[in-house]
Amino acid sequence: MASTKNRKIIEALHLHKTFGDFTAVEDVSFELHRGECLGLLGPNGAGKTSTVRMVYGFSPMTSGSLHIFGKDMRSQWRDIKYGIGVCQQENNLDPDLTVLRNLEVFASYFDIPRQEAAQRALELLEFMGLEHRVDSQVTELSGGMMRRVVIARALINRPELLILDEPTTGLDPQSRHQVWDRLELLRSQGLSILLTTHYMDEAARLCDRLIIIDRGKVLVEGPPSSLVEEHVGRDVVEVREPSQELRGLVRELGLRHEDLEHRMIIYGSEEDRLFDRFSSIYCSGNCLLRTATLEDVFLVLTGRELRE
Amino acid sequence: MTALRSIHISWRFLRVWRRNLIVYRRIWKINFLPPILEPLFYLLAFGVGLGSFIESVSYRGEVIPYVSFIAPSLLAINMMYNAFFENTYASFVRMYYQKTFDAMLATPLSLEEVITGEIMWGATKSFIATALMLAVVSAFGLVAWPSGLLILAAAFLGGFAFGALGMIFTGILSSIDLFNLPIFLFITPMFLFSGTFFPVENLPPWAQNLTVAFPLTHLVNLTRGLCLGASTEGDWWAVAYLFGLSALAFPIALLVMRRRLIK
Repeated sequence: MASTKNRKIIEALHLHKTFGDFTAVEDVSFELHRGECLGLLGPNGAGKTSTVRMVYGFSPMTSGSLHIFGKDMRSQWRDIKYGIGVCQQENNLDPDLTVLRNLEVFASYFDIPRQEAAQRALELLEFMGLEHRVDSQVTELSGGMMRRVVIARALINRPELLILDEPTTGLDPQSRHQVWDRLELLRSQGLSILLTTHYMDEAARLCDRLIIIDRGKVLVEGPPSSLVEEHVGRDVVEVREPSQELRGLVRELGLRHEDLEHRMIIYGSEEDRLFDRFSSIYCSGNCLLRTATLEDVFLVLTGRELRE
Repeated sequence: MTALRSIHISWRFLRVWRRNLIVYRRIWKINFLPPILEPLFYLLAFGVGLGSFIESVSYRGEVIPYVSFIAPSLLAINMMYNAFFENTYASFVRMYYQKTFDAMLATPLSLEEVITGEIMWGATKSFIATALMLAVVSAFGLVAWPSGLLILAAAFLGGFAFGALGMIFTGILSSIDLFNLPIFLFITPMFLFSGTFFPVENLPPWAQNLTVAFPLTHLVNLTRGLCLGASTEGDWWAVAYLFGLSALAFPIALLVMRRRLIK
């Protein structure tokens, strides 16, 4: 019994968060198991950050219950926080301190003795490929390097749970891949990770399981590949400037599709042989067959209008 | 909810205090300059320049040189400035621009510990600056010993009170430019009218009553008594006033900062 309970790193039940009249999170429940990487996916303002802020004890829940490591967040928040590493959305490194000092001072907030802190800090900076910037001022670092320092800092207390709020937003492709590479390594070492992102490739690559949320509510939950299969199928045909005939046919056949004025997106399974059927008759270089992705799922579920 | 909302303060505030000390030490040479140079400038301007017009002032029934009258004022003003500016501008920068508090709040530190650490740091800055300034002023033979040593305790107490007041403004003002308001309406009038550069008795009675409300008036009285070795039992009222102000401002500072940061 104890071991099954221990498997649950996070157990969130009916989380609600309101700010005045605005409901940011509405009845969100989820679990994160030991060694798992769970992704919270959603457009801007979906409630991702509000949710994780409750999980790392930054914002109080309006209602609901939250247990982490089997402990109640309401009464045992301090114990819980000793076991969590957090990488917040903003790069809130201390600009008054060097890279190494940033980690050492942060370690003191977790009661880690000084010598131990210095040793761990150097190890982590090396792990993140920053051994040559140990004595740099934070302000001299590039965005990608700062992010890596933030992740190193989040690991200083050897957390059981790592929480990453949009870890690669604003990074160039090289930096993103480097961050992913390190996170994959941590995951393979058995670290439990809760991640928010609006990058589908990031979610598909890093996460075992995803929760797509929008307007504060959970829309769907599952492993990335099954979400794709379940909600959009395997193949997608995109048609630029579709003809009226094609539009009619798609509707007649009852195929799942989206009609976007200048573009039509048709979802199907491999057996449909969609592309073969259309391309010879209706397409003259304006059709594209591709594999369905998480991004299709995301757009189908959360819609295409802009969130600002 | 009540568990999270109730106040959590432990010795951990020292971690926050130490973070500020580490940053301060990094540029200690620059940090040490103002409290050493400022009294020199003031003593030159007021002692030598103005002192030739005003040779002596009557204080507690005795006639003392003008420079002896203003030396303790400089110390008390210095306490107020160091703590108040630390917990307004510097704390605001850490809170708003650097997001230092946000990072701390993702660790086992509580909000109350972060803010307590900040205010204790404000008091510590007042203490350090006063110690340096005291050494300079003492070199001119303007400090009575050993009562002068107690000025350091006054610096910490006064620093805490002014730091907590500053922190309240940090909790409620939306932008850093707005600090001009409390400085113009609160700090500058105190700087001028708290018995700093002339005895409060020179003011009309209604204005005298007003100065009793100023925290700096009490800090100046306390410091002047200690500095001249002329403390009276009445100076305990100044101590009581500063403790009372701290006891009032500190919980308000915690409350407004909680409102601002915990969402």
